[in-house]
This record gives sequence, structure tokens and C-alpha cells, in this order.
Amino acid sequence: MNQDILIIIYLISSALFIFGIKQLSSVKTARQGNLTSAIGMLIAIIATLFDQKIVNFELIIIGLIVGALIGAIFALKVEMTAMPQMVALFNGFGGGASLLVAVADYFKESPSEVYIAVSIFLSVLIGGVTFTGSLIAFGKLQGIVTEKAVVYKFQHPINLLLLIITIVAGIFLSMDQLTTSQILSGIGLDIFVGENLLILITILSLIIGVLIVIPIGGADMPVVISLLNSYSGLAAAMTGFVLGNAVLIITGSLVGASGIILTNIMCKSMNRSLLNVMLGGFGSTTASKSQAGAKEIVIKEVGSEELAMMLDGASNVIIVPGYGMAVAQAQHVVKELMDELEKRNVNVRFAIHPVAGRMPGHMNVLLAEAAVPYDKLYEMDQINDEFANCDVAIVIGANDVVNPAARNNPNSPIYGMPILNVDKAKTVVVIKRSLNPGYAGIENELFGYPNCLMYFGDAKQAISKLIQELKEL
Amino acid sequence: MTFHELILLFTVFVLSIFLGFELISKVPPILHTPLMSGSNAISGITIVGSLVSAGSSLDVNVNLFGYQTSVSSLLGFIAIIFATINVVGGYLVTDRMTRMFKKK
Repeated sequence: MNQDILIIIYLISSALFIFGIKQLSSVKTARQGNLTSAIGMLIAIIATLFDQKIVNFELIIIGLIVGALIGAIFALKVEMTAMPQMVALFNGFGGGASLLVAVADYFKESPSEVYIAVSIFLSVLIGGVTFTGSLIAFGKLQGIVTEKAVVYKFQHPINLLLLIITIVAGIFLSMDQLTTSQILSGIGLDIFVGENLLILITILSLIIGVLIVIPIGGADMPVVISLLNSYSGLAAAMTGFVLGNAVLIITGSLVGASGIILTNIMCKSMNRSLLNVMLGGFGSTTASKSQAGAKEIVIKEVGSEELAMMLDGASNVIIVPGYGMAVAQAQHVVKELMDELEKRNVNVRFAIHPVAGRMPGHMNVLLAEAAVPYDKLYEMDQINDEFANCDVAIVIGANDVVNPAARNNPNSPIYGMPILNVDKAKTVVVIKRSLNPGYAGIENELFGYPNCLMYFGDAKQAISKLIQELKEL
Repeated sequence: MTFHELILLFTVFVLSIFLGFELISKVPPILHTPLMSGSNAISGITIVGSLVSAGSSLDVNVNLFGYQTSVSSLLGFIAIIFATINVVGGYLVTDRMTRMFKKK
């Protein structure tokens, strides 16, 4: 196919991607939007297969079939609760592909211009960090790698040093080979010339990806996944510069921007800077401090029967889900509880904190899976004033996002974080497995409040029992 | 690619980032997960590059179990698998999610 026609087809694909994302911004058209963008992708792939440069189809056909089978199996088998790790994994493969394409381009022919070499370097660096960083995020969310923040001595200086070495190697890669080999042989490093230098950069990028994600704890994953999502887009855009292909640049930068926006929203919702999140170690150092000074919290427990009677008499109930609901796979019984209450003319609404769960929008997807209508799901700002008019607020597996210390206690590590004001409700019921502190490693003063009742148990079993009691009333 | 083309591509890059910010800041929080998995699938556009890498090289410098090919084709081949997983998996999973959202 003529290159000019190919470019025009790519432009059509880009337009479909943009239109698709626009449709994704409304619940009614979201599914159509995804289809629109998938059609854009299909057109781009088919058109590329007619590119005159392609002379050998064996590897292409095998690659497409193998990739499509693996992707489809993953996508159709995955539980909705496991969506964060699935997105992380797919993201990693995208980054890995950008890395490989850039390296393949270098091996095909040495870059003719400085800016192509720079683009290859950036593709490899960002793609490599995305690949291993996403795999570690996947491992953490799947429970293969510890969810806790892994911290050790000289962590940040080591990471910084590796990054500097990588950038220096990138500068050498961009200079002409003669100068590079002269300088490098002067310091006895002349094996790192040309392809070997690129291999070194690749290995360093992959190591950096691992090292920057391991110090970040589980509950900060919404930020990490958003950021890696942004990186995968930027890696694709850089690969676009390597190949001189505008469709990669347009699409990559759209995704890059999307990831940055989400990262920013997540950070704001925790009142922390991106740097603070990325430096990691949050929650691992504060645990001992808070225990020493804090006064003993006296809690009140409630049984399922008493709670059922209380809910039976309520007219306004707000449910606050958190990661605990996902862990216990409790979304379906939560929907059942909602139905049971609505039969009794109780107004049930859901309050969703932006960082509840392990990725942006995690709770919304789980509740949608359980067939909770989306007009019952409220954002924090929409519903925060409603708690004062609510009879019972039920907190299911959420902790830090409802801790009033974020408003009251300037010494708390979460001070200043916007929270759901469940403490303003007439009664707050917290469904929780034990009194263990949340991710931030601090006691939740809410549990000691006079209007707070603790209902201990695994979220799924505890709510099933509550539904039984409600039915027997 | 000439320097002139580079400048043009850079222009496209900068404008697309602005377009991205405009488009995505309108997405409501309820759709953040589908947005993320959907945009994730879109970033698999690298597949276009991987197809060219895997299919365009005429060199023969690798022998893999009797199959004659080149380093760049082989890397392109792995890139195709990776990118296809990203594209197919991303779109399917987004479809699964978006069809769950229902109004009462």
C-alpha cells in the first residue's frame, strides 16, 4: 500500500480513538465508545499488514494468534475484584511492546540521526520501567509479591544513581559511535558500544522499574497504576518518534494525558504529593509512633439482630464500601442487603471515596457487577453533606477514608486527606474483621465515637447473617 | 525522518497532550476503571510498529530451532504477542465492565 494512503488511514484510526474516548465519558455511551476505539485499532492493524515494507508474514500471524488467545483468556476469566492487577498486567505488556519495537529498530539499522537515537533511548527507558513496574504492581495486587512497602537503607540514593547511569548511557547512545568508543575505551568500558550499550540501558530500565514500585504499599496502588498507565502511553508516543509514525504519537499522548489526570486525582484524594507517594514507605514507619501517644479507644459492639432492627427502622442509609468489600467478594450480598432495605422503603445510597479500593473506580465496577444501579453511586463531594441527614452509615471494609483524624488531628499522617464524613451520621456501623489499623498504620478514632458501633466479621458472612435477620423480622 | 518532520511530529505530540487533558477531565469518577482499561488497550497501538519490525527485515542472523530469521524480526515477534495481549485483553475487559453499568 502506498505510504500516503497508509498515513490517511492512520489519521482515521486516530479520529476513532479520540471519538471513542469522548464516548467513554458518559455511562450511556461508554460501551459504544470502547467499540469505536476497537474499530480504530482494527483498521490500523489491517492497514499496516498491507504496508509494502512487510515481506514476511509467518511470525506476524503466529504472534497475532498467540497474543489474541492469551489476551482473550485473561480478559474473559478474570474476576471483577481482580481488575486492578489485570489492568496492571495488560499495561505492562503494552510498555514491553514499546521497549521491544525500539530495540528491534536499533538492531535493524543504527539510527541515522541524534533525535532518533534519543527517541529509542526514551522508548526503552519508559517502556522498560512500565514493563517491570507493572509486573511488580501486578504481583503486589495478586499477592505474589508482598503488599507492604519494601524499604531498605540507601534506597533512594541507589535508585537515583541507577537513573543517572542510565541517562549517561543514553547520552553515549545518542552520540556518534566513534566518539563514544573513544571515550569509553579511555575508561576501560569499550565493550559498551552500540548494541551492547542499548542492551545495558534495557537491563538498567527493567531494574529501575522493579525498584521504584517495590517501596510502594498496597493502598497507594491507585496512584501507581494510574502513573504506569500514563507511562505506557508515553512509551508508545516515544516509539512513534522512533518510527516517524503520527498515530503512535497521537494515541500515546492521549493515554499519557489520561494517566496523568488520574494520577493527579488520586494524589489529591489522599492529600499527598506524587513525590511523597513515589518515595514510598508510607504506613511502615508510623505504626509504632501512634500507639505510644494514643489513648485507649473504647468500642461498642453490635450483634446482627440488633443491627437488623435498627436498619428496619431507618429511612436513610448510606453504604461506604472499601477494599475489604473486594477482598471478601461481598459486592453481591451488599446488593442483596440494598434490595432487602429498599423493600422496607429505606433510601439506600452508596458513597464512593476516590481512592477506595486498589485502582480508580474500583468500587464502582464491583457494585455495577452486582447490578447496583449506577445512579445510586455518589462521589464524595456529592454526598458528604448528606451524612448529617442519614440514620445509619454502614462502612464495609473501609478504614482510612472514614477516619475523622484526617480532619481533627494535625499530627496524624493522614491529616488533611479529604474523607467521607460518616461520623456525622446518627449511627455509624463499621463492618470489619478485627480492630487492626488501616493502611496508614494508625488507629481510627471513629471506632471510639459514641455514635459508632462495630459489627465484627468477614464482610460477606457478616452481611449474609444480617440479611437473614432482616428477613426474619 | 528529517528534522523538519521531527518538528511536525513534535507539534502533533504537544497538541495531542492538550487534547487528551480536555477529553479526559470530563470523564466522571464512576467510569475511571473502564477509562483506564480502555485507554490501556489504546496504548497497545505500538502493535503497528511491532508488525513492521517482525515482518520487514530481510537479514538472516538468527537460527531458532531451524527457523532462519533476524534479531529485529524476533524482537518484533515478541512485541506483537505483548501488544496483542494488551489490545485484545484491554478491549474485551473494558467491554465486560461497560456493559455492567445499568440505570435502574
